[in-house]
Amino acid sequence: MTSLPDKPSGKKLGLVIDLDTCVGCHACAVSCKEWNTTGYIAPLTDRNPYGAEADGVWLNRVHSYEVRPGTEGSGGMTVNFPRSCLHCEEPACVTVCPTGASYKRAEDGIVLVNPDTCIGCKLCSWACPYGAREYDEDHGVMKKCTLCVDRIYNENLAPEDRKPACVRACPTGARHFGDLGDPESAVSALVRERGGYDLMPGLGYRPVNKYLPPRERRTGTDSGPEALEPLDPANPVAGDGVFRWLDRVLSR
Amino acid sequence: MHPAYSVLLFTTLTGAGYGLMILLCLFGAAGLVPADPLLGLIGFGLSFAMVTAGLMASTFHLGHPERAWRAVTQWRSSWLSREGVMALITYAPAGLFAMGWIFLGDTGGVWAMLGVAAAIGALVTVYCTGMIYQSLKTIRQWHNTWVTPIYMLLALATGALWFNALILAFGEGRSGFTWLSMAMLAAALTAKLGYWRGIDTAKAPRNPGHATGLGRLGKVRQWETAHTQANYVQREMGFWIARKHARKLRLYAVLAGFVLPLSLCLIETTLTGGVGAAVLAFLAAILAMAGMLIERWLFFAEAQHVVSLYYGAETA
Repeated sequence: MTSLPDKPSGKKLGLVIDLDTCVGCHACAVSCKEWNTTGYIAPLTDRNPYGAEADGVWLNRVHSYEVRPGTEGSGGMTVNFPRSCLHCEEPACVTVCPTGASYKRAEDGIVLVNPDTCIGCKLCSWACPYGAREYDEDHGVMKKCTLCVDRIYNENLAPEDRKPACVRACPTGARHFGDLGDPESAVSALVRERGGYDLMPGLGYRPVNKYLPPRERRTGTDSGPEALEPLDPANPVAGDGVFRWLDRVLSR
Repeated sequence: MHPAYSVLLFTTLTGAGYGLMILLCLFGAAGLVPADPLLGLIGFGLSFAMVTAGLMASTFHLGHPERAWRAVTQWRSSWLSREGVMALITYAPAGLFAMGWIFLGDTGGVWAMLGVAAAIGALVTVYCTGMIYQSLKTIRQWHNTWVTPIYMLLALATGALWFNALILAFGEGRSGFTWLSMAMLAAALTAKLGYWRGIDTAKAPRNPGHATGLGRLGKVRQWETAHTQANYVQREMGFWIARKHARKLRLYAVLAGFVLPLSLCLIETTLTGGVGAAVLAFLAAILAMAGMLIERWLFFAEAQHVVSLYYGAETA
């Protein structure tokens, strides 16, 4: 059934990703690939994995962006940006599905694909603005993040391991998992404190996952020793008289 | 967006097939064309062949064509499912109307009602096809009020050209149908030019700053790609063509799809029927189909998906 649940439980499991502390190590992506290639939607196929044109299905990709502030004098920054399914509250990827293979769970809001009924028409991937769905050429079905549905409820795992593989793998604690429908949860508190935001809210998909913005950087003279300040063009060579004389001679 | 040949064939063939079906059903039911069994056989034969070939082509790009029957189940939410349901439903009245025409030579009374039902079904099917694309908010060139009307107008225009060619081939002589084809073509061309003007002048609404939410901190640019090889998302959603080629291809689409068929129709109106007129009319229909393929290729190739903003595109 690709209509959205009539009575969602109010539970909204999802991730909160901290763009301030993410160091772009790709451990989350690798761990995701490792777990999910043996899990619920296994395998995550690779084509020509050891060749020149390696190509495979990944459910989590880590991008890096450069942000250049408009004001002069303040430094730019690089932001590492992990991207995966946001388990939206209004997921068009679900409603466009003609077969009912793509669905949103009423009990916890996780968006899943049933690999036994997916016809591989790829329309869901067209409907997703976040590039969360990747097509498995070998099996002819769509693959996506399951929020490690086979870990988070798995009583065979130790309680501390009942989290998505990406969250468990992150060495800097930049990924947080919890119920974003519960205002008292740790993840909801984090979103409130740090100003967590939605990706492209204007599209109206109402993503559950939130991103925490990079903290403000120190700017201006605080950012480095005076030796790194730009040279005075009228007096390009500072320092003692010999160098200044040499500069004048060589500048003729 | 990647223009898959199966989808280009699907939309152009079903469009022309349903357009032809609509005209055969409406003019047949109204008694404006004679219920000649051979005309019925060839007309509906061509229409059903184009529709069925198009629908079959649409299953070629599926990962699991054997599961295609499941696609009729989600009509409550999915335009693709609605399109499948309407396509299947339409076969029933269209098939019955065609049988009445071919075997009984009767297109009046109850048969006429079936014909009208089939025409409505065919028009709704084409509407659903357009809405599959128009409903996607991720692609501004598709999420556009021109898209579905253009799908319907192009279906009617190409269908009218085939209809006119058949009528002339059956020696019905000069009729208003050539003028009808020309009016449909002109309307479709006007809408298509309006669409192109619209997507060219619209401000690209989003940039990487919107996609990442980092825009309020400064100008956002891709620093390093997320992976070394292009992935499915880039191959499927990242495809679009340079503006230079778009201009040239638009010109070819306009020439082959509209200007040449219109000119041939105009020449044909000066002839008093006969073989010459029929040949010109068939030529116009075939040229228009070639033009439709270019137009449809462009419809995909010019479409920019917002996900490309995560992969280095500056606007989408």
